[in-house]
Amino acid sequence: MPTNLPPTDVVIVGLGAAGGVAALPLASAGLKVVGLEAGSRLTKRDFAPDEIRNNVRAWPFSVQKAQREIPTQRPNRSTPTTRASTHPMMNGVGGTTLHYWAQSWRLNPWDFKVVTETTRRYGASRIPEGSTVEDWPFGYEELEPYYDRIEHEIGISGQAGNIAGVIDRRGNPFEGSRRRAYPMPPLRWTGFLDRMADSARSLEWTPFPGPAAVNSQPYQERSGCMYHGFCNRGGCHVDAKNSTAVTTIPRAESTGNLDVVTQAHVRRVESDRNGRVTGVTYVQAGEEFFQPASLVLLASYTYENVRLLLLSLSPAFPIGLSNNHAQVGRHYLSHHQGAPVTALFPFDLRAWYGLPAQGVAVDEWADDNFDHTGLDFIGGGNLWVYSDRRPISAASMSTFGRAPSWGSAWKRFIRENADRTNTAYIQKTTLPYESNYLDLDPSVRDHHGDPVVRITAEYKQNELAIAEFLQDKMEAWYRDAGAIDIIRGGLGRTMGVTTHAYGGTRMGDNPETNVVDRYGLSHEVPNLGVLGASVMGTSGARNPTLSAQALAWRTAEHIVGNWSSIAD
Amino acid sequence: MAHDRPRGLTRRDLLRSAGAVGAAAAVGATELTGASVVSPVAGAIAQQTAPDAAAGAPLPEPLEHLTASEAELLEAIADHLIPADEDGPGAVEARAVHYIDRALGGALSESHDAYRSGLAAFDRYCRSSRGGAFVDLSATDRLSALIDIETGAATGAGAGFVGSSAAFFGMVRSHVIQGTFGDPYYGGNANFVGWDLIRYPGVRTAVTPQDQTRLESGDLPPYRRSAYDWGTFNKASARRSRPRVGTGTGGDHAD
Repeated sequence: MPTNLPPTDVVIVGLGAAGGVAALPLASAGLKVVGLEAGSRLTKRDFAPDEIRNNVRAWPFSVQKAQREIPTQRPNRSTPTTRASTHPMMNGVGGTTLHYWAQSWRLNPWDFKVVTETTRRYGASRIPEGSTVEDWPFGYEELEPYYDRIEHEIGISGQAGNIAGVIDRRGNPFEGSRRRAYPMPPLRWTGFLDRMADSARSLEWTPFPGPAAVNSQPYQERSGCMYHGFCNRGGCHVDAKNSTAVTTIPRAESTGNLDVVTQAHVRRVESDRNGRVTGVTYVQAGEEFFQPASLVLLASYTYENVRLLLLSLSPAFPIGLSNNHAQVGRHYLSHHQGAPVTALFPFDLRAWYGLPAQGVAVDEWADDNFDHTGLDFIGGGNLWVYSDRRPISAASMSTFGRAPSWGSAWKRFIRENADRTNTAYIQKTTLPYESNYLDLDPSVRDHHGDPVVRITAEYKQNELAIAEFLQDKMEAWYRDAGAIDIIRGGLGRTMGVTTHAYGGTRMGDNPETNVVDRYGLSHEVPNLGVLGASVMGTSGARNPTLSAQALAWRTAEHIVGNWSSIAD
Repeated sequence: MAHDRPRGLTRRDLLRSAGAVGAAAAVGATELTGASVVSPVAGAIAQQTAPDAAAGAPLPEPLEHLTASEAELLEAIADHLIPADEDGPGAVEARAVHYIDRALGGALSESHDAYRSGLAAFDRYCRSSRGGAFVDLSATDRLSALIDIETGAATGAGAGFVGSSAAFFGMVRSHVIQGTFGDPYYGGNANFVGWDLIRYPGVRTAVTPQDQTRLESGDLPPYRRSAYDWGTFNKASARRSRPRVGTGTGGDHAD
């Protein structure tokens, strides 16, 4: 029998990007919050500039709970599953925000109204066959105050492109209207990024610096970025990366109302015969505990949010918690991060330092920012050229068919070219489809004996068409900037395990097709909420974290404002 | 140049004295660049394993996991993958095999069997197809044998590669690159020869706008330090080996 712990108001499962944000408004309002985190606490002393440890050996992912529950994957029901060797997300106080790239984009207004806008402009027949895409239950305007709040609470650097309707082409002219500028100017550019921006202008595109949860100058008494080049899969050695571990979580703890419990591996969310959740059961150092709570907030990553719901069975929820409409795991999608474009330049880029959030973006070919009449897809992609080079990865570069892969000729090639390549992965619209979903694997289990998640998902024609279209644009951009050779990566098929996984607990007004309501609370369980990108029904063409954080703050604020009716 | 090979030595002699060659190259490189930053981590490694050539015959390299014959063959392979030539020192001088040998007891421990069986198969393949041990073959035969192994043509030739010989080659190549271009804390990239080769200006904890400007105008001096020369960083997790994760494949079920 598990040890029963004293009850609390709210238990948050996972203190990462979303849970780490939600804790602050809850604790500030006086609610007693227990934050259960599967990992431990790390500090800047743990974040050495060490490519072997961070990148080659994937240190952020080692010795982690997540590694024991790596999902299996297959493109469709008639293909056997495979399993990746690592899970890309990290356990730890702050979660993957400890080492993420920290690109902190708002979604564009179109992303909230894909169905309405596509139908209005091109006709309903342009929604791809088999897609289950819906409009969000609200528009960009509803989330704008929360985007603004997060940008200032954790600290985002960037260049505004639209303040109260006034377009500023130093920023993204396609972004939704914002109430004010970013709290910090954008990260600096390098000579190569300047060159790419000049080239974009010559193509009559609008280049702009991307938004980053990285301090471009001292902010909230933490340092500005040191640009040392080890940000990718590395935590920040000067706390300039605005992980929730150095922003909202310590602030929430300072209220005295957030109790952080580390190494806590949650296995079940418990529910009673009335269909309410009563708390969660977790394992810590081999011992089992039950944490009773008036409200449970699931704030793990997409895969684990879905898994915990599907594992938490009870008489009221025989096929999974909050799953009586069989929607848990549906409407899964992930960003199409395949189909990269790699360029070779005939000169050194001087790109040894900097970070992936330091870059130049072009949004002309994203979302519905261009006319799709006559095209065979909807949506698009954000072009993003950034800094990220370290010696082992540089020496492992493609030889573009210009040299063998070893020996003196290879050595001469990398001596000349190690600092002459750049790769753009291009984030693209992905839609949800009826045949793309998450469920529990029938045979692969974690060390507790619980099934892992099985991903059944593949990119469809719409995503493949976007990828090809965007590769053309990216190649044109690189060539205009002087590239002498281009390699296009394969378009891919299986939507494997990724850091940009959406859906599975989609948010919407219709309980027949959505797990959570417009506030992120379960349609079926009044005192259960879900945080993270698993509630998002569209991906946009940009990184999910800021949207997940804005939604988390909004859910927490709604809980605070309606506590008596939700908790009782 | 300091990294030129001594004349009159056989290839085998050369490989056996790789440590001494590396030390000589180090002195030269330091003099050439006038680098003023001393790396305690890299220095300690060099002292511990690269004996003073002036004191006489070099001591045998202390191996932790590879046998002497495995190390000799691996060293010869590494020498072909990234050779010392007119573009500078290579994998032998970087002590890439030392990196691999150490890592086989930690982060690469799961690859130990692959090295054991792969090097044995490599040796059998050279003897059966070319009539001798790899290091004793002619230069032409060494290259053609390596190409067979790289392309997978040596698979199934009775040498006993577990899986494709190309997979073994790919593993060795990636580890030799790690040992040549990785942080010297892990036992390779001795005297920063790998970073110098690709003109990487070194690990820093801060790159100021002025540093970036100097880099772009080509006059940023290389910084020769290991990440762990900064005492501020915890080393514990750097030595921790990676746990066994995933099985590579899931079930074969389809519904």
